Amino acid sequence: MLEKIKFYQTGSNTVGNRLLNPSMRTIQASVDRPNALISGHRACQGCGEALGARYAIDAAMRATGGQLMVVNATGCLEVFSTPYPESAWRLPWMHSLFGNAAAVGSGLASAAKIRAQKNGDSVVPRVIAQGGDGGTTDIGMGCLSGMFDRNDDVLYICYDNEAYMNTGVQRSSATPPSARTATTMPVGEHPGADWGKGKDVPLIAMAHGIPYVATATVADLRDLEQKVTKAMSYHGARYIQILVPCPLGWGLKSSGLTVTAARLAMETGFYPIFEAEYGKITSVRKIRAKQPVTNYLKIQKRYAHLLKKNADPNTVARLQAMCDQNIKDFGLLGDDQPELNPTAIQAYERSQAI
Amino acid sequence: MTEQIEGSLGVAKAVALCRPGIVCAYPISPQTHIVENLGKFVKSGALKNCDYLNVESEFAAISVSIGSSAGGARTYTATASQGLLFMTEGIYNASGLGLPIVMTVASRAIGGPINIWNDHSDSLSQRDSGWLQLFCESNQDALDTHIMAFKIAETVGLPVMVCMDGFVLTHAFERLELPTQEQVDAFLPEYEPREYLTPKEPISIGSMVGPEAFTEVRFLQQRKMAKALKVIEDVTAEYRKITGHHSGGLLDCYRCDDAELKLIIMGSTVGTAKDEIDRLRDKGVKVGLISLKAFRPFPYEALRKAIGDCKKVVCVERAFSFGSRGIICPEVKRAMEGTGCDVKTAIAGLGGRAIFGTTINGIVRAAFEGKFKDEMTWFDVNSNVLNSYTKDGEGVTFPEGPLSDSQLHASVK
Amino acid sequence: MLQIRLHGRGGQGAVTTAEMLSLSAFLEGHYAQAFPSFGSERTGAPVVAYARIDDKEVRTHEPIQEPDVVLVQDRTLLGVVDVFGGLSPKGYAIINTAEKPEDVVPELCKKLPKGHVLTVPATDFAIKAMKMNKPGAPMLASLAAATDVLKLESVQKSFQTRYPGKVGDANAEAAALAYNYLKDKMKEGK
Repeated sequence: MLEKIKFYQTGSNTVGNRLLNPSMRTIQASVDRPNALISGHRACQGCGEALGARYAIDAAMRATGGQLMVVNATGCLEVFSTPYPESAWRLPWMHSLFGNAAAVGSGLASAAKIRAQKNGDSVVPRVIAQGGDGGTTDIGMGCLSGMFDRNDDVLYICYDNEAYMNTGVQRSSATPPSARTATTMPVGEHPGADWGKGKDVPLIAMAHGIPYVATATVADLRDLEQKVTKAMSYHGARYIQILVPCPLGWGLKSSGLTVTAARLAMETGFYPIFEAEYGKITSVRKIRAKQPVTNYLKIQKRYAHLLKKNADPNTVARLQAMCDQNIKDFGLLGDDQPELNPTAIQAYERSQAI
Repeated sequence: MTEQIEGSLGVAKAVALCRPGIVCAYPISPQTHIVENLGKFVKSGALKNCDYLNVESEFAAISVSIGSSAGGARTYTATASQGLLFMTEGIYNASGLGLPIVMTVASRAIGGPINIWNDHSDSLSQRDSGWLQLFCESNQDALDTHIMAFKIAETVGLPVMVCMDGFVLTHAFERLELPTQEQVDAFLPEYEPREYLTPKEPISIGSMVGPEAFTEVRFLQQRKMAKALKVIEDVTAEYRKITGHHSGGLLDCYRCDDAELKLIIMGSTVGTAKDEIDRLRDKGVKVGLISLKAFRPFPYEALRKAIGDCKKVVCVERAFSFGSRGIICPEVKRAMEGTGCDVKTAIAGLGGRAIFGTTINGIVRAAFEGKFKDEMTWFDVNSNVLNSYTKDGEGVTFPEGPLSDSQLHASVK
Repeated sequence: MLQIRLHGRGGQGAVTTAEMLSLSAFLEGHYAQAFPSFGSERTGAPVVAYARIDDKEVRTHEPIQEPDVVLVQDRTLLGVVDVFGGLSPKGYAIINTAEKPEDVVPELCKKLPKGHVLTVPATDFAIKAMKMNKPGAPMLASLAAATDVLKLESVQKSFQTRYPGKVGDANAEAAALAYNYLKDKMKEGK
């Protein structure tokens, strides 16, 4: 039916909801949207994480008929949403520690199951555990892997803004090479974050053979909603990693550039967007209008040192090569088929180092 | 039912009688046999409506427990030593969130150097964690205390550590009397939390509390601890009435009437000491024993009453505070402030060094002979081992033990 | 109170033997306790386990330094470990070997009352009955034969309780072999 729709907003890749039949409309367009994360919280303007969380949790609320509980790792999302005695969460929500959201989620899911079993309830509330990239890829990695290992019925959502924003923008294992953070300053011979460091948690998640793994961004919110909805149709351990630009930490030229930055991350190949089921990639979000990496870099102060007059041009070239490698590995262009065994981008960096 | 079984199996059976919803643990000696048995009960179907989670670390074990307790399930876990320390962040979180988790600590020394044997340095390292800490003197006491612990935790709204000496109790095969399922069901009804995470009534748990309310949150938490003192006594009385077992309580006195010296001991050494006190009493030595069962909350009033007019007290301690002294002794001094009671610490039984009846005998004799000059004395220290290290390196030699704190300090001057 | 110390090697079931000793005593209505020497011994390493029997609650948890009975489950421990250390002058020693007591431990035979040092080829009986070097049941049966501390039936029942089915029955059979062997020996001695 999409072919029959006349696109008024050409070039923007967005489609007005009024043109679609109700079943295809976004959850946020509905008057009875869940509003799980309600307005009035303390996030910065332009916060990608708040946007991502709102869409993701509302989609899961819709998918579960409101039978949803959330465990939140320590981080910006937790801090800005629940300053005592207020809470912006309109669903059962708990925060325990920085590194244990996945395990708390396992316990909560188990308790929900046992309580339903004991009371003879047919509906078992579902559980989402969520955290930032620090709470997921670094300090929460053990608990995350354990939850995957046991295939506990938990969807883990990582809001990836590529550094520790809550504590003042320090490097995490999700920080890209050459990016400036408070602990990888643009000084010395190799400014910014080191090359050949970091890890690819979506691929690590896939290696656990769990039912569903996906990446998404806040630039394609329909895609994000669909992925969350799909994730909730599975039982067992699931993982979604959402790129959520942080205007402050990334030094976006304006706080209105959050979605633009996320879109450029996709359209450059910098951040591959895909789905995997039971360890195998099953779909890839194709690049619509390929962009050079400089277009992505130039709107962020964290990369400003790369584009200065006296900067080493090789660094930008390496970042472009990294994007090209992603495009090749994941088949992000045209009719390309993805590699059967996509490789963590760090592998290329490390192999070059030797 | 009376059975001749391992202490760990007794505790596992007691926990199963409490019908937990979640059991979650990571293996560490000497806690393993307890959770192995529980895993078997769940898998065989003997323990119904219960999930057993094999997790990847103690940090995950306490975290899963936090989630399941917040989700409204009766929750049990167990650990020891390094595992307890690895849990620490979650331990404080569980008490702060007021989650009534029950956890066995099969007490064991903390490394380095690594040591798998029993002392109390692990459990006592968590004395400020906001958990109730109940110590067990025998396996019968341990299995009964676990059943009481669920009721205490759920009544007070705080988690409980049941501390039983690793190996000495957990691995001992003894005659144990288990209450019946009917008795336990009557004593401990199905867990119905006052508050838990459910879509039926959405709440936020664990939000960020700033300076405007944090002190009050802590005050209220401390108030729960104060409430726990009476709850422990009430629950103990009820349990004793139902089962006839003399277990639990804040503390227990043994041959304390007319005692001129009272020993204060926690854990499995109590039994050994009781036998020795009988022998000493036969010889006319007026010595009694206070078995300290609740360390947190600390029963200051009950202890003051139990010590009474007695002017000589020695705490036999199986842990101490580096750079300070004993851990039990200062608490006892607080309880006895203004009474002129002389309270001392005898350090013994670290890292599994056996405390024999003769050790207790030696402590009693030394106390009556006025040999405890300093507040703390290393009672069962082996000077030969010390000297093999200090003699060549520093030219320092120690006389045969016991060694007082001032001897230790003099040796560095 | 009767205190028993067992010496064996990791893998021979010394800890289980102590536990079965306590279970046998329990089955006869006594209070009993068994516990291992706690360590991280691997297969083949010397292992010590303890047991106590009494007619009132056993409260003490100290290791046994002055045993009334020493059971040596592995002959190769003699001379390696001070297995008879602290043994009561009126005590009993039972050693797993086919050799005569006077040939194995002549000094000990002089120290203890006549008939208090016994040898029994427990491993042979274990292998005969259950094809395994688990000499626990025959060792306990020997204690039953030499003293009135335990009955053979209790020893058999303890193993059959712990290992229902074939393994328990084989242990019971091995126990009977050792019991009869020692009873015959004791008759010869008289």
